[in-house]
Amino acid sequence: MSQECFGSLTDSPAAFTVVGARVMDPVARTDDIRDVAVVDGFIALEPDPAAERIDGRGLVLAPGLCDLHAHLREPGGEAAETVASATRAAARGGFTTICAMPNTEPPLDSAEAVADGSSVDGACRVRVIGAATIGRSGEEPADLTSMAAAGAVAFSDDGASVRDASIALRVMERLGELGLPLVEHAEDADLAGAGVMREGLVALRMGLAGWPAEAELRVVERDIAIAEETGARLHVTHLSTARGLDAVRSARSRGVAVTCDVTPHHLAMTDAWVAGSRRFAWNDPDELPDRAYDGSCRVNPPLATREDALALLAGIGDGSVDAIATDHAPHPAERKLVPFDEAAPGLIGLETALSLGLAAVESGRLELGALVAALSTRPGSIIGETRSLAVGSAAELVLFDPEARWRVERETLASASSNTPLLGMELPGVVRLTVAGGRVTYRS
Amino acid sequence: MTVAVGIGAWSRRHMLDVEGLSRDEIGRILDMAVEMRIARAERRHRSLLEDEVVGLAFYEVSTRTRVSFELAAKALGATTVDLSVAGSSVAKGESLVDTLRTLERTGVTTLVLRHGSSGAAHLAVRTTGLRVVNAGDGIHAHPSQALLDALTLREAFGTLEGIRLVIVGDVVHSRVARSNIHCLLTMGALVRVAGPPAWVAGFEEWPGIDVATTLPEALDGADAVMALRAQTERGAILPPELAEWRLDTERMRHADPGAVVLHPGPTNEGVELTAELANGPRSLIGRQVENGVPVRMAVLALVAGAA
Repeated sequence: MSQECFGSLTDSPAAFTVVGARVMDPVARTDDIRDVAVVDGFIALEPDPAAERIDGRGLVLAPGLCDLHAHLREPGGEAAETVASATRAAARGGFTTICAMPNTEPPLDSAEAVADGSSVDGACRVRVIGAATIGRSGEEPADLTSMAAAGAVAFSDDGASVRDASIALRVMERLGELGLPLVEHAEDADLAGAGVMREGLVALRMGLAGWPAEAELRVVERDIAIAEETGARLHVTHLSTARGLDAVRSARSRGVAVTCDVTPHHLAMTDAWVAGSRRFAWNDPDELPDRAYDGSCRVNPPLATREDALALLAGIGDGSVDAIATDHAPHPAERKLVPFDEAAPGLIGLETALSLGLAAVESGRLELGALVAALSTRPGSIIGETRSLAVGSAAELVLFDPEARWRVERETLASASSNTPLLGMELPGVVRLTVAGGRVTYRS
Repeated sequence: MTVAVGIGAWSRRHMLDVEGLSRDEIGRILDMAVEMRIARAERRHRSLLEDEVVGLAFYEVSTRTRVSFELAAKALGATTVDLSVAGSSVAKGESLVDTLRTLERTGVTTLVLRHGSSGAAHLAVRTTGLRVVNAGDGIHAHPSQALLDALTLREAFGTLEGIRLVIVGDVVHSRVARSNIHCLLTMGALVRVAGPPAWVAGFEEWPGIDVATTLPEALDGADAVMALRAQTERGAILPPELAEWRLDTERMRHADPGAVVLHPGPTNEGVELTAELANGPRSLIGRQVENGVPVRMAVLALVAGAA
């Protein structure tokens, strides 16, 4: 890989012209080969003749990516990740905005914490999702109004559902007034029990406790009912089952304000990965028992069946899945170098999300346009950010080579952690340039 | 020095499960075990593994398996190191991987690992250079038990091909059941599992095996019946209809007249089977225990490349 460099949102505004790239703008519904000029950080009609000309031939220029679900681990988990390392990982993956989940130590459950978290300097914009309940304990709604005033874009007790339906109801009543969504980690703790991988034949054979699809469905259905009653917005995050998606689809067709996202790993990986396969969901699994029980495949919700993964992928194509969100969950190596059932759940995703999406595109099961929208404009609109490549807009874009290959290696990842089963694998899609708020935040 | 049984070198450095072993490989282990039984009686091969240091790391309690692995290693001249978890740094919170790496640095060459988590032996393979023999991981696998069960059945019937085995009881929490299913299906036996619904849940999806829902149906035509105890330590809840599943001499009339009874032990006599049946003429339970040492001698010799 060529030389990499990172910038920040406080750098000087950028000026350059990308020449001959395939420019995809989901908002304008355009997809054509043209030049894009950036002058003083804004998309301009006329290029600055003195500015650098970047050869965009063979590359795709798209709106900057927006991640609705990332764990930055700061404060409290700096051994795994920091704001600085997470935002560099984001920029390297083409993201210009990431939403920080509040399950830090201490949790982001106050206006002050939200304001602090939203004003960090880094290689991408950080928006904060505030805790839905005080201390994420699920016992009492947090001060949602003051957090919203401080800049929270949504609320969540991610890591767990808002456990008690009566608390979820009170949270959503307030969110209905604020017009902000509850971002729900849908998992019924009783049904999930001690499950560490998706229930099914693979789990049975491996002797691992199963996590049933009903654990997700039950909370999705509960929250849809509350959303319907309160009129509040519900966003189901890291949806992992076809049945959960069906519930979202049917609620939306009734006019309920429900949106959802799916992670790249739930699209590309399956429960067979726990047994050692490293083939994507759209291919037949291979069997490499030496890689079985790798803690890097432990994630919550667990990797799903092939049928689920393909149904979720189809959902991106038909628009019923609004966004791809990473659930980037860094952990230090020692939290994963333990027996599978003791491994900390979660895997990193900021630097591989676009690549996994492009692998799905290469398989023929996803259109590039749908991928770009699900990673950029559609998640952006859920948190009220617009992403346009129209003249006059602040430059918010990513330029990537969809066909170039790169190998996922611990040494080259910008994240401070490397917990992903993709280590050692070669993926399509190399980001050449990321521009956030008119500043170059990454270049390779 | 090597013991010649079968043709060609044994290529596997580890014994993580029976799953993945070929029929030839399983047959070769059983043949090797027969040779080892004779050799042990004749005091041969007593320095076969003299350069080996076998570490016995048992994170769960064990009598049969631990003792027979230790005797097997000693019968072949290996040095054994017993990591008794209570008296080691494990009790001070050391991680599994750190403990195993310490054992490796101190000179252990072959690890015999029992652990409460499924996949613990796989982790040992990935994180150390040790030869790893799985002595039971969670509810996943117990390969040496399945191999000694296979040897016991082969002795009783002369072959495993076409033998009708039914596994009765808490199948879902049993690593013994899982390894037996892999082993016996590979060897051409017919495998049925049976028990209260919660104890066989999901097994109907396992290719190649039958699930029976009543004891008479389970025993119908069986040549061999393997009883399993309730693994309450792994979350098994005793179902109200448990007594309906207790094996006794009367109920064994549903099986083939010559049917034999096995149990991996420890037995709860009067619960999953009666004392009369466990200690009676159809019981091979004692023979299973006797086969433990020769089978484990074979496994240790093979993974060490000494056979």
